[in-house]
Amino acid sequence: METRAVDLDEHFFRHESGRLVAARTRVFGVHNLALAEDVVQDAFCRALEMWKLRGIPENPSAWLMATARNRAIDALRRERTARTFAPELSRLIESEWTLAPVVHELLGPQALKDDELRMMFSCCHPRLAEPAQVALILHILCGFSMDEVAAAFLSSRAAIEKRITRAKKVLASSKTLFELTAADFTARLSAVHRALYLLFNEGYHGASYESAIRVDLCREAIRLAGVLRRHPLASTPATLALGALMLLHTARLSARLDQAGELHSLFEQDRSQWDTELIAEGRRLLDISATGTELTEYHLEAAIAAVHADAASAEETDWPRIVELYDMLLAIRPSPVVALNRAIALAQQHGPERGLEAIRAIYGLDRLSDYPFYPAALGELELRSGRPELAREHFRAALSLARSPMERRFIERRIAVCEDQSN
Amino acid sequence: MSEFLYIYRGGDSAGSSASPEEMQKTMQKWVAWMKELGDQGHLKAIGNPLEPTGKVVKINAKGKAITDGPHAEAKDLVGGYTIVEAKDLDEAAELSKGCPHFETGGFVEVRPIMQINM
Repeated sequence: METRAVDLDEHFFRHESGRLVAARTRVFGVHNLALAEDVVQDAFCRALEMWKLRGIPENPSAWLMATARNRAIDALRRERTARTFAPELSRLIESEWTLAPVVHELLGPQALKDDELRMMFSCCHPRLAEPAQVALILHILCGFSMDEVAAAFLSSRAAIEKRITRAKKVLASSKTLFELTAADFTARLSAVHRALYLLFNEGYHGASYESAIRVDLCREAIRLAGVLRRHPLASTPATLALGALMLLHTARLSARLDQAGELHSLFEQDRSQWDTELIAEGRRLLDISATGTELTEYHLEAAIAAVHADAASAEETDWPRIVELYDMLLAIRPSPVVALNRAIALAQQHGPERGLEAIRAIYGLDRLSDYPFYPAALGELELRSGRPELAREHFRAALSLARSPMERRFIERRIAVCEDQSN
Repeated sequence: MSEFLYIYRGGDSAGSSASPEEMQKTMQKWVAWMKELGDQGHLKAIGNPLEPTGKVVKINAKGKAITDGPHAEAKDLVGGYTIVEAKDLDEAAELSKGCPHFETGGFVEVRPIMQINM
């Protein structure tokens, strides 16, 4: 006997989960989010039980959608007296004659279009702090369990559970999902950009030392940025630039973090491993993002990444252009980390002494006191200035701040270079 | 070759707290295992999963009584079955060790299907 072998997308369940929960939340009301989650979890359990023996059906997505719809009908039938739903829905689900047809219509393929997007906007509620928004997006829209969110943030399960539970309460205070026609659409869109940007950064620069987790976070951020881009209202120049910056960075991901889990700086990466297709797509998005009058931090970060993508080596990089872009970025979003990156670019252009000078002049330098790449940058520039002993001291300070074994090994390799040059 | 029934018991099925990602991984292990059984010529019938609900019909003093069942405890509940072909019971039992059911806390009961030799 043969079982059918239909291949599923690697993260099929995870992605379907976000869509299905969002659609059921629309129908049940945001205050019934937990019921929506239970219904979807139940549908997944049935899919698992069925598919593990009978194989994956021809159209797994339609199978899941139908199962989750039937589970929703069961839940409404069971809960119609115990819970409050929207008044118009309550009337229609009272009668068995209207219950199933109404749910079929409300959860049909036609109605599903914007649910994921509206849920994304809902998660970026102004009463929630940015980390809570990001955790909520990961949990609801990317199907990450509490444990998986905790692993992504290198946080304890208890802390994440508290954060997400609190965030859900805030979410539930608004009865319906965010309306894309709302007056505060533009403000909320910026919050969504920021949350997706932070999600991406958590994957790209974050502390989790499991490279699989980091790649997953980048991939989820890219997927959700794609959802934004496909909606006419949400597809603004900033959205396009955000997508460009994610793709241009991701193109370097496998060279930055190799198979063995070793971190490589931009200066030592094997550039032949950069993904040329992602670079081309990132550049295309960056080009079309330049249509409006709006110049955002995402435009500038994407433009910096594009300059790097153009260069065959660190030496051949257009450093003056990068310094210029960093100057513009500092004007829009002043941050000591951006200033540190600018100083490193300046050192490439004018030599390490200029770079050291620029680092010493950074405003708010004390805010970098926990950031391992601050002393590491000092070490790098001292090393290039021919002061390996001093460089080693800086790298040792960096080592004590390292957040993961990966960062630790990276810094230890630099210490070894300093020791080589001291002898 | 003789036929054997694999009865999948217990394990984390309905009401599961696994994440979508974990469920997909579990499911894919099963699909791979079923394929392997098939490729090696051991798979007679892939069988079916069973609903966790049901009724139990028993005779008592008043006649036949129908109650909600099954009565098995969750850790012993039958979740599904498969029919395999193997040389003997030992081989059938050995083969079942590769079943992903063990990874989610379940176990497999292996029962020879009675042969009628005419």
